[in-house]
Amino acid sequence: MAIVNVRNLVRYYGGLRALDEVGFSVDKGEIVGVLGLNGAGKTTCLRILAGLLTPTAGKVDIGGRDVLDDPIGVRSLVGFLPEEPPLYREMTVDAYLRHTGRLKGMTRAEVEARLPEACERTGLDDVTRRRIIGELSHGYRKRVGIAQAILHNPPLVILDEPISGLDPAQIVEMRKTIGALRREHSVMVSSHILTEISQTCDRILVFHEGRLIAEGTEEALAGKAGRCLELTVRGSSERVDAVLAGHDAVTEHSSFISDEGFVTVSVRLSEDVGELDGSPEQADDGREGLIAALVAAGLGIRRVVESDGELESVFLGITGAKSASVPESEEGESLGEPKEALPRRETDVREAN
Amino acid sequence: MTRALTGVLVIARRDLAAYLNSAWGWVMVAAVLFVNGLMFNAYALGDRPRYSHEVLELFFYFSSGTTMIAAVLITMRLIAEERQTGTDVLLEGAPLPDGAIVAGKYLSAMAFLSGLILMSVYMPALIFVNGKIGVSHILAGYAGLFALGSAVVAIGTFGSSLARSQVVAAVLGGALVVALLICWLLARVTSPPFAGVLEYMSLFDRHFRPFMEGRIQTDGLVYYATITLLMLYATTRVISWRRWR
Repeated sequence: MAIVNVRNLVRYYGGLRALDEVGFSVDKGEIVGVLGLNGAGKTTCLRILAGLLTPTAGKVDIGGRDVLDDPIGVRSLVGFLPEEPPLYREMTVDAYLRHTGRLKGMTRAEVEARLPEACERTGLDDVTRRRIIGELSHGYRKRVGIAQAILHNPPLVILDEPISGLDPAQIVEMRKTIGALRREHSVMVSSHILTEISQTCDRILVFHEGRLIAEGTEEALAGKAGRCLELTVRGSSERVDAVLAGHDAVTEHSSFISDEGFVTVSVRLSEDVGELDGSPEQADDGREGLIAALVAAGLGIRRVVESDGELESVFLGITGAKSASVPESEEGESLGEPKEALPRRETDVREAN
Repeated sequence: MTRALTGVLVIARRDLAAYLNSAWGWVMVAAVLFVNGLMFNAYALGDRPRYSHEVLELFFYFSSGTTMIAAVLITMRLIAEERQTGTDVLLEGAPLPDGAIVAGKYLSAMAFLSGLILMSVYMPALIFVNGKIGVSHILAGYAGLFALGSAVVAIGTFGSSLARSQVVAAVLGGALVVALLICWLLARVTSPPFAGVLEYMSLFDRHFRPFMEGRIQTDGLVYYATITLLMLYATTRVISWRRWR
């Protein structure tokens, strides 16, 4: 059963279209990753779900309540942790959590009943609970932030960049904490750290320039992104580039000259090629034709490796492919502080054809 | 309704605790009491004999100034600080109407200011013991101070909702208060009917003087209540607008 239903969601900031006809759903107990470059519209979308922003158009339904018709009701169904936890640093952890519980409409008795469980699930022990928040480490502050988000036992928990600023040990702990939430909550996690999304989430929503351009499991997205090959070729890089640029099966490629003097090429192949010929088992999925074309051009093939659709290459493949069809003017969100851009794997990606 | 009311009290209690637990809150209390005491000694008691009621009027006169300044300084952090530290997410994401957030904020500032105003009561008490004044004069003066303080707290809350920086919030709140203070001056150089309107809008001259003199005027109470409600409503609209911006 879907706890979140979003249809045709549009959000403008002035003249800027931050979200453009976005639609998705989240099932009960599901952990959904929200992936996208900075400015892709992730935070805007999550803030709308948390009731902090109002949609310009479209329908957002959480637990059967519409964000426009019943915004207060919706807010009671959502626990939200923004990238920077909203903490009163002068308060102790316990006092802060009691305050947030009461703020969310819980009675004193309900707060006292839920507090130990919320703290246990976020790894806040008795000693930590008595400490002043300002004295806690960044990792513990994030935990307190999650504890406030789950304290009122909302069906939907939204975590915006929950692992940003954490050290590796804290990231492992945070991963466990998020995983444990699925027992009682549906969880939406945004991140631009791709490996984190792939390890934590059941399903991924990929945002790009305000649009939801792909959704599914990592494996399904890898299929959408196309197959990748890495080749080591003997010959001139100009000739390699010319062959790749003129080959129908190649959607994009990049190349550089290795220390040994060979041309190392990364190639993304079109998904459609295999369906053109014969039975799926016998069909050339593009690899054979490409290698034949390189050999015919007088180039020597030293090595061919099929890369496993890692999420980063999947993401770049999907967003790279969609960039060509999305108008440049439809820029993403304008909220938030500038963050570091996602490092692109290749610096020399060229569109073929 | 009950949930909203609980929310108001929860917000007010936390903010009041924040005032009481901060050095800034106590420094301000000390500064205001110091200035009030100094003014009382140097200005109200003065270097020549005065009637008791004159001394009391002067006390309320300068107390109105320190009350307005304190109100602007108390309220500058109310909403601006929440935005600055990112805790506004907690309030705006709570299942409460925006009006409840503003009411909670206003209530906490008003409670702190009321405590501050009441701490000065020893000065009228001295006049009462050593001179000849009626308790009603003291009560009327304090009613005026609370009413004036309420209006300025609401103005300051509005200023705080417009800015992320507390300093900018204080400047905005202060500018609005000054604009309302000098309305009586503008009324003198303006023709009717604007002169009448400007005179009525005057925060101090038209409405506070009767309280200073020991008279509680409904006209003044209505004016201060109107300013308070208008400013709190405007603050609520600013918070709601932020969800739509």
